[in-house]
Amino acid sequence: MTLAEKILARASGRSRVAPDEIVVADVDLAMSHENADLVRKAFLEIGVPRVWDPEKIVIIFDHRIPAESEKTAATHKAVREFVGQQGIRHFYDVGRGGICHQVLAENGHVQPGMVVVGTDSHTTTHGAFGAFATGIGATEMAGVWVEGRLWFKVPSTLRIEVEGQFAPWVSAKDLILSIIGRLGAAGADYRAVEFDGSAIRRMTIASRMVLCNLSMEMGAKVAFTPVMEIAPDTDARYERVLHINLDYDLPEPQIACPHSVDHVKPVSALDEIPVHQAVLGSCTNGRLEDLEIAATILRGRRVHPQTRLIVIPASQRVYLDAMRLGYLETLIEAGAIVNPPGCGPCVGVHQGILAAGEVCISSTNRNFIGRMGSKDSFVYLSSPAVVAASAVAGRIVHPAIVMAKEDAHV
Amino acid sequence: MSDASSILRGRVAAVLGPNIDTDIIYPGRYLNITDREKTAEHLFELAYPEIRPKLQPGDFIVAAANFGCGSSREQAAAALKFSGCGAVIAASFARIFYRNAINLGLPAIVSPAAHLECGEGDDLEIDLAGGLIRNLSRNLSIAAAPLDPRAIELIRAGGLIPYLKAKYASAPAAS
Repeated sequence: MTLAEKILARASGRSRVAPDEIVVADVDLAMSHENADLVRKAFLEIGVPRVWDPEKIVIIFDHRIPAESEKTAATHKAVREFVGQQGIRHFYDVGRGGICHQVLAENGHVQPGMVVVGTDSHTTTHGAFGAFATGIGATEMAGVWVEGRLWFKVPSTLRIEVEGQFAPWVSAKDLILSIIGRLGAAGADYRAVEFDGSAIRRMTIASRMVLCNLSMEMGAKVAFTPVMEIAPDTDARYERVLHINLDYDLPEPQIACPHSVDHVKPVSALDEIPVHQAVLGSCTNGRLEDLEIAATILRGRRVHPQTRLIVIPASQRVYLDAMRLGYLETLIEAGAIVNPPGCGPCVGVHQGILAAGEVCISSTNRNFIGRMGSKDSFVYLSSPAVVAASAVAGRIVHPAIVMAKEDAHV
Repeated sequence: MSDASSILRGRVAAVLGPNIDTDIIYPGRYLNITDREKTAEHLFELAYPEIRPKLQPGDFIVAAANFGCGSSREQAAAALKFSGCGAVIAASFARIFYRNAINLGLPAIVSPAAHLECGEGDDLEIDLAGGLIRNLSRNLSIAAAPLDPRAIELIRAGGLIPYLKAKYASAPAAS
């Protein structure tokens, strides 16, 4: 069996499962962010007095922290009260956590082989820890809070084996953008994705999280990178196996152009595109290694006068580590503004909304129409290195171009 | 087998292309609205503001592949349902949107050809269990995937909340 099949078989009490079977699986972890308020309302409407297991529920505020409006403040308050009433201990309030997927990982909530559901589409991130982790809606989560289980159709699996070495300034973000560009926005719809190969096994956990996180943007139900504790069987059956060699398949950084994540081009194929805003952060790329590479590029350089750089550490821990290591000092000296840990402008709510006609280069995960503000704005998605370099150049560039210049402005 | 309660009749309010994402259906800036009925005010607000005013109760939205891709926001399905949309017919759906729609009692029907064989204003009859769409305006039959019996059960109940409410009201000792 594949990893997805193995985990669903265990969680549904069967010895074997196969693609397209419907199974009812026990849920090991149920995560929500601010939309816990929607879940709470649905739960109260169902009328069951207590959640199935308060120890298995984790609630983390990240989309609108600190509250940007009275409306949000009221929903935060309602969730706080509910959490207290139900005895949900794993609650990360403003200033205690950060982006839900980073906080789950940092605090060891996810273990290999678990079934994890979250009311956030990027819950696929936790496949980097060997979990069958997927996004669900708020009403469905209310059902999980009542019953502790959920039906799943067993997905078929797409295996992606990656060998070779990354070219300079090319990273996991470029790899997954190139895969999404190749397979399309629905290329892995309803499917599990297993990443493996020597290049994946050399990657940091943070980079593996990038692959699993963005697999959602090609429709994946779950995605996995290898862990020691659980592995697919050697005779596992795959719907398709893709082979990628970084040495010749991925020579340069990749950019997802407006307005879809599968509209991917190599950076050299773009015309001169001036950027008004550069965003470094999100559940995709707001981790320590992302801030580190940005600091490497921005050290001794300045953000272009026509560009503003917004940096959002993924969590309080990343924030503190980046501060102690001097990355934030470097970024601030270069002219960046540092937002509090959270989703920031990625979901188009606050902390960096775009005006009509503005262009943003962003390390986030979506570039849909109006995603970060005006419906007439334009979001290009890239790696943290390209975000940092473009912030210096004032246009979308390969980081090597910025690094080749000694002076402050390119 | 089909029966009368799994037949829907309505008019096509709009025919849309592929990859209609949840930000198009319901912009992220309104995610702090947690009253499901109120989400209707912002349906397609940024990209297709002309659709909502002309949507009549029971009307259908027809689209090409990967409808509802992107975020898990249930407000996308809720905004359609509470705007009066009777069903969404698409060549394929993103999985979270699909589950959200059924869980809210909004029929989501997979039909690879419907977006090619329906136009705005066409009158349709959909057999949910039988997997058939009849375009009455054009006198065409269009193939669709039959809706799973479990999904039909949820839709009949009015969605997962009323379904679970009835289940636990009639069996309060269930664990």
